[in-house]
Amino acid sequence: MAKMVQQLALPAARVKSRPLEIVSRFWSWLFLLLLLLFFSLTGPGFFSFLNLQSIANDMALALLMSLGQTFVIIAAGIDLSTGFTMGFAAVIEAVVLNALVGRLPLGLGLALPLSILIALGVGTLPGLVNGILIGRLRVPPFIATLGMYGIARGLGFIFSGGGQPVSVQIPGVGDIGNGYLLYYHPAVGFSWLHAPLLPPGARPRDLISILPFPLIVAIVAFLLCYWLLSRTRFGRHTYALGGAPEAARRAGIPVARQTLKLYMLSAFLASVAGVLYVLRFTNGDANAGDPLLLDSIAAVVIGGASLFGGEGTMVGTLIGTLIIYVIQNGLVIIGIDPYWQFVAIGAVIILAVLMDQAKARVLNR
Amino acid sequence: MLEEKAQLPKAEIEQAGLGSAADARPVLEVRDLVKRFGGLVAVDHVSLVVWPGEVVGLLGDNGAGKSTLIKVISGVYRPDGGQLLFEGQEVSFASPMEARRRGIETIYQDLALCENLDAPANIFLGREPVRRRWGFLKELDDRYMLQETQHVLEQLDIHIPDLRQPIRQLSGGQRQSVAIARAIYWNARLMIMDEPTAALGVAEQQKVLELVRTLRARGVPVILISHNMQDVFAVADRVVVMRRGQKVGERRVAETTTNELVGLMVGAERA
Ligand SMILES: Nc1ncnc2c1ncn2[C@@H]1O[C@H](COP(=O)(O)OP(=O)(O)O)[C@@H](O)[C@H]1O
Ligand SMILES: [Mg+2]
Repeated sequence: MAKMVQQLALPAARVKSRPLEIVSRFWSWLFLLLLLLFFSLTGPGFFSFLNLQSIANDMALALLMSLGQTFVIIAAGIDLSTGFTMGFAAVIEAVVLNALVGRLPLGLGLALPLSILIALGVGTLPGLVNGILIGRLRVPPFIATLGMYGIARGLGFIFSGGGQPVSVQIPGVGDIGNGYLLYYHPAVGFSWLHAPLLPPGARPRDLISILPFPLIVAIVAFLLCYWLLSRTRFGRHTYALGGAPEAARRAGIPVARQTLKLYMLSAFLASVAGVLYVLRFTNGDANAGDPLLLDSIAAVVIGGASLFGGEGTMVGTLIGTLIIYVIQNGLVIIGIDPYWQFVAIGAVIILAVLMDQAKARVLNR
Repeated sequence: MLEEKAQLPKAEIEQAGLGSAADARPVLEVRDLVKRFGGLVAVDHVSLVVWPGEVVGLLGDNGAGKSTLIKVISGVYRPDGGQLLFEGQEVSFASPMEARRRGIETIYQDLALCENLDAPANIFLGREPVRRRWGFLKELDDRYMLQETQHVLEQLDIHIPDLRQPIRQLSGGQRQSVAIARAIYWNARLMIMDEPTAALGVAEQQKVLELVRTLRARGVPVILISHNMQDVFAVADRVVVMRRGQKVGERRVAETTTNELVGLMVGAERA
């Protein structure tokens, strides 16, 4: 219906409401700026390099899931299974790594890359199934991925032997997940990858750690996804699929194959988040990703993607994720009961949808 | 059987100046085509011929089977019976893309455009040119697409102020023009248009009809579906009338009247 109304919109009528259109398009940027301003004024220590970096690092896992979700939502789908897919991949990573270490030469040198490959491969399988169900068998995405939500959850529990997190007690694993690219200490200057040995008398708390590992992975993934969505045929076809699936099909776009790739990409990125979780927290928890699912979908919606498909950007998703994690972090710093963050984020989601509708109204007039 | 078996003989077409002896091979020949949807026979043993450089009107009431017929020709549906010959060769299209590769471009009634994408993206949809970045990354060549779009729109005298906005924000006529420009850009050898003037303002209808004439002038034959008599009289050379899935008549436009065609469409007049 909205589409039909939009078809009749005349370009001339649109120009009058440019300011409104701009507000509705850029409100999330504005909102993020206001949040940063607000917490900077009210929360001591909020606007510091270390705190901002820790916000960015905390959101790395959710961002990975949001990136995949952005592709799927732009293609007029939804992937409800990413949370437990992430947990499933985390369990696989922990179990396989535990099994391989000690059996292979070179310590972690062989076991870790191999276990990561296996976890990413296995973790992408739920996406393969989703993609076949949705692309070939025409199962509605909501249903197919809800089913996969249950299956991935069950498999995560089964492989972890009953739902307890699989502990990884291998020296060095946590150092990777909690490591940084660069360290700086006034007494010794910069050092790469490893925290420097400090001379006697140098205060350990003067050490500044720059670019945590999960954040680096998230940044690389973001850049790749940004490029993929905005600069390639794959991205263009994703928009086409969400905007008008029948037009995409008639234009010769292999719709079923594109759908398959999209859900596999979503599951793959969730698996990357699962592996990162193990490296950071040294355990494989089947429940690790569950709390991130709604955040990751919310981030995409706040970022301006339409749940009806065809609209959305990676930068929008990044802004949306930032908004959620700035709220979480900021509320803690100004000392508000953490449960209020759920209320605040819920309110932001509703705001986002209202803005989306305002935008649609502007276009329709 | 209401169907009129006889096609216009070749000699008659040449005599009417609709084709020359040199290109006397039909572009498209449809023989006894059948398409069923469950128990419903949407296209019932229809035959028709399209000659080079002619505009064939396809008339019929709603539900007569016009859209279904052209969807079979353009590869959207597989026929349940009959034959398709394109440029003298028997063809069977598994997908719309295969038909397009042969040069059959279709402008569908339900516009086959992506409203959320801009005009260049739509014109190149599914056939986007790429260029290499750093030797190994294949990127969309947006500049080339924009240039080519400007070029083809200019050729057709189509004016769209801002080519980078989603075509949702264009008028109906502008969008229809984009669809036509796409077909022309990809060197259509046969153009099929399904109700291209429906839902357009009068000025935009005229523009679309003008584009049909442009196509004919370039030697591209057109099948123009309409239930609007004026359109057909304005641009068609020949008209085929369908009713309830069957072809009930075929007339040269110069030799028929609105009344006669309406009679065929509603079944009051026998072929
Ligand atoms: N995809 C379909 N499935 C079932 N029935 C269809 C389908 N498409 C068209 N029909 C039916 O086939 C008949 C012819 O439809 P159509 O070709 O769209 O007619 P026209 O374009 O002449 O108005 C109608 O009765 C219509 O309801
Ligand atoms: Mg029709």
